[in-house]
Amino acid sequence: MTEPVLTINGLSKSFGAVVACDQVSLTIRPGEIHALIGPNGAGKSTLIKQISGALRQDTGQILIGDQEVSALNIVDRARAGLARSFQVSSVVPDFTALQNTMLAVQGREGMSFRFLKPVLKNQDLVEKARACLTRVGLAGRAEVPAAKLSHGERRNLEIAMALALNPKVFLLDEPMAGMGAEGSKALTALLAELKAHTPILLVEHDMDAVFTLADRISVLFYGRIITTGTVDEVRRNPDVIEAYLGGDSP
Amino acid sequence: MRPLAGPLFYFLPMSASLFIEQILNGLQFGVMLFLMSAGLTLVFGVMGLINLAHGSLYMIGAFAAAAVAGWTGSYWLGLMASLAAAAMVGALVEVTVIRRLYRRDHLDQVLATFALILLFSEGTRWLFGPFPLYLDVPDALSGTVSLPFGIAYSKYRLAIIAAGLLIAVGLFLLIAKTRLGVRIRAGESDREMIAALGVDISKLYTIVFALGAALAGLAGAMVGTIQSVEVGMGEPVLILAFVVTVIGGIGSIKGAFLGALLVGVTDTLGRFLLPVILKSVFEPSLATSVGSALASMLIYLLMAVVLIWRPSGLAGKAA
Amino acid sequence: MIKEFWLNAACVALLLAVVLAGAIFDEPYYITLATKVTILAMAGVGLNLALGYGGLISFGHAAFFGIGGYAAGILASHALNYEPLATWPIEIGGTTQMLVIWPVAAIVSAVFAAVIGAFSLRTSGVYFIMITLAFAQMIYYFAISWPSYGGEDGLSVYLRSEFPGLNTMNGASFFAICFVWLMAVVWGSSRMVNAGFGLALQATKQNAERVEAVGIAPFRIRLTAFIISGAITGVAGALYVDLNRFVSPSMLSWHTSGEIMVFVILGGVARLFGPLVGAALFIVLEQSLGGITENWQFWLGAILIVVVLFGRGGAIGLLAKEVRHD
Repeated sequence: MTEPVLTINGLSKSFGAVVACDQVSLTIRPGEIHALIGPNGAGKSTLIKQISGALRQDTGQILIGDQEVSALNIVDRARAGLARSFQVSSVVPDFTALQNTMLAVQGREGMSFRFLKPVLKNQDLVEKARACLTRVGLAGRAEVPAAKLSHGERRNLEIAMALALNPKVFLLDEPMAGMGAEGSKALTALLAELKAHTPILLVEHDMDAVFTLADRISVLFYGRIITTGTVDEVRRNPDVIEAYLGGDSP
Repeated sequence: MRPLAGPLFYFLPMSASLFIEQILNGLQFGVMLFLMSAGLTLVFGVMGLINLAHGSLYMIGAFAAAAVAGWTGSYWLGLMASLAAAAMVGALVEVTVIRRLYRRDHLDQVLATFALILLFSEGTRWLFGPFPLYLDVPDALSGTVSLPFGIAYSKYRLAIIAAGLLIAVGLFLLIAKTRLGVRIRAGESDREMIAALGVDISKLYTIVFALGAALAGLAGAMVGTIQSVEVGMGEPVLILAFVVTVIGGIGSIKGAFLGALLVGVTDTLGRFLLPVILKSVFEPSLATSVGSALASMLIYLLMAVVLIWRPSGLAGKAA
Repeated sequence: MIKEFWLNAACVALLLAVVLAGAIFDEPYYITLATKVTILAMAGVGLNLALGYGGLISFGHAAFFGIGGYAAGILASHALNYEPLATWPIEIGGTTQMLVIWPVAAIVSAVFAAVIGAFSLRTSGVYFIMITLAFAQMIYYFAISWPSYGGEDGLSVYLRSEFPGLNTMNGASFFAICFVWLMAVVWGSSRMVNAGFGLALQATKQNAERVEAVGIAPFRIRLTAFIISGAITGVAGALYVDLNRFVSPSMLSWHTSGEIMVFVILGGVARLFGPLVGAALFIVLEQSLGGITENWQFWLGAILIVVVLFGRGGAIGLLAKEVRHD
């Protein structure tokens, strides 16, 4: 088996007496979409925050490739190759779609400390940004301010920004939320295409999308991963059925 | 520069009684700062407004007290007048200008309240002329009182400390026990919530603002006997109140109290001790100038240290 | 953008016309006023970088204005009194050469901006406003209580510093120097705002979380902007001291910080020529109101309140009447 791109090893986090994340381990392998599902309050957002670097774990490690990033902050994790989208679209509202994507290109290239050259005249960067916009179908909307994009377009813009980082792994936090049938279908197709190049940790409520896309699924319940497996394995797992239908603590 | 501290003592040798006296001076300064900061921090906590013109209310209180005491000859009437004038001006300015700023960003708030300072300072100069006013200590509080260790301490300053502590207790009780307090606390955590409860928000805001204004005015009146009453007296105190608020944590009365005493005592002791300590290293005149320069920076250094240690203040929520 | 360009051009032309008129009709006072506007505008351009483009509401830029001013005043007074600044390890004398004074003023203000910024930028919002104000006030009190350079009374510099090939005592020549400076910093800001740094800075103002997620550290961007901003305002302070041939703690006072902020906001936040328009309006108001009433500040306050409550986007915003997207 090939080396995993993202490794999470025994991650734990407590808030006072509440254990929000309990010995969570999972891996993302090259070429796969690994979905993380779980009922509300299962600890998904605590886990995402720890992976992205917004929250420091109590114990455990996170590795991107073979680089340990457990002690790095958000910025350095992004630079180490982790690109994320946010549950609630997070873009720069007054910037155009192109400028938003340029920001990401610039972040990857480490060009934020250039003071004299107009960045929008840097053809090389603009080309790279436009290519990302084209891939998510926003080429025609490049000059529209992000605040004026539709909800679905903003979701896609976030994907374009993630693409522009040319990351080792994507962390997508409910990318389908509020997308509508049409948009979800297009995004599903896009993600299926992306994974060959960059594997994805997909946190998603839309079960149709998860069952279509995921190569493996991990189920989070009360801060623990109760199972990891293929779509069929997870569908048949009695613990999962219990978790989603039963409701009470194990 | 700041006559509230005790520059008289720079050249005297230190003794225990002198030291205690300086601590009392620091406390007096501290409770005065508390009266200033309480309104500032409440207005910020409840309405989310940064009010640079808070120092003007302090000045208005001092002028009202000095003017009324001058006309009537009664300090106590002056004190009443300071409360009434500051509260009234506070309510008026809240209704006409301030309430339009709650939904604006901090930049607009800063600019508008900066403009209010110009308005109030110049308006006061217009009304009272360019010369400072003076306020006499009432007979009942003039002279000194004998404390243990042979300390003879100003009755008036002691009265300020007592009054400040009483008001602090009163404010805690007001916030903790009364209906108004419940609403203020609700307003701090959730504005829509109290609107949903049917509380008249704009009335509540006016009351909170006027309350803060009255406390600032009272502080101005009480200090008016120690320093001259003049235009521009409010801003140095305002900036100290900012330091107190940053140290204590925005929105917290408890933080304002802790911060104010800390700043008051640190500043007073620093001005007293630093030149004395430096005299063991430098020659006296150098020690005095270096010491007073360093002392004037001390509370800002204190603020920097608190910021490193707890960026949201002593009583603020951990960042 | 076209309309704003012509508006800017008109402002600059007006400024030059005032100086020209002053030279033709031999009214040095107008030249002095125009120079004052130019220098204050430059201080505003500095602040605008942090406040307008970076969203960092610094209420302490008087610190940099005054530090730049003191750097100029101290260097010049040492040179004029033939007292060395330092005698150990090597003897360093003062200087009256603007070409030396400016970099010193810029570097010293930048160092202070770095230290103040490093503390203040740990916080945001209203804390940032109060802390920048407090640090500026700390320097103000220090200047007052430190007796070597005049303390509360300030420091007179009886000759304007020199610039190779120009008679700086001539009002028009000195104006020319200040004008070139203003144009240079406006040009520099416009380059910076459109460069990679400007993109990151403006993004940080709007959505710092997003900026972090693309691997750019907002703190570093903000601190850099704050330092450059402080340095520009510092050089403006050095020029201001040369204009008045006098430096005093009042340059460091909170009132000065407030005024620099007023220039920026009056003209229009995050607009390149906003500070020039704002400073010009301010001085015109000061002069015309000051001619009518002794209590002109009262009316200035009243006008400012009306502007804040009812006029959004400053003067340029009002006249250019356009929505900006960048």
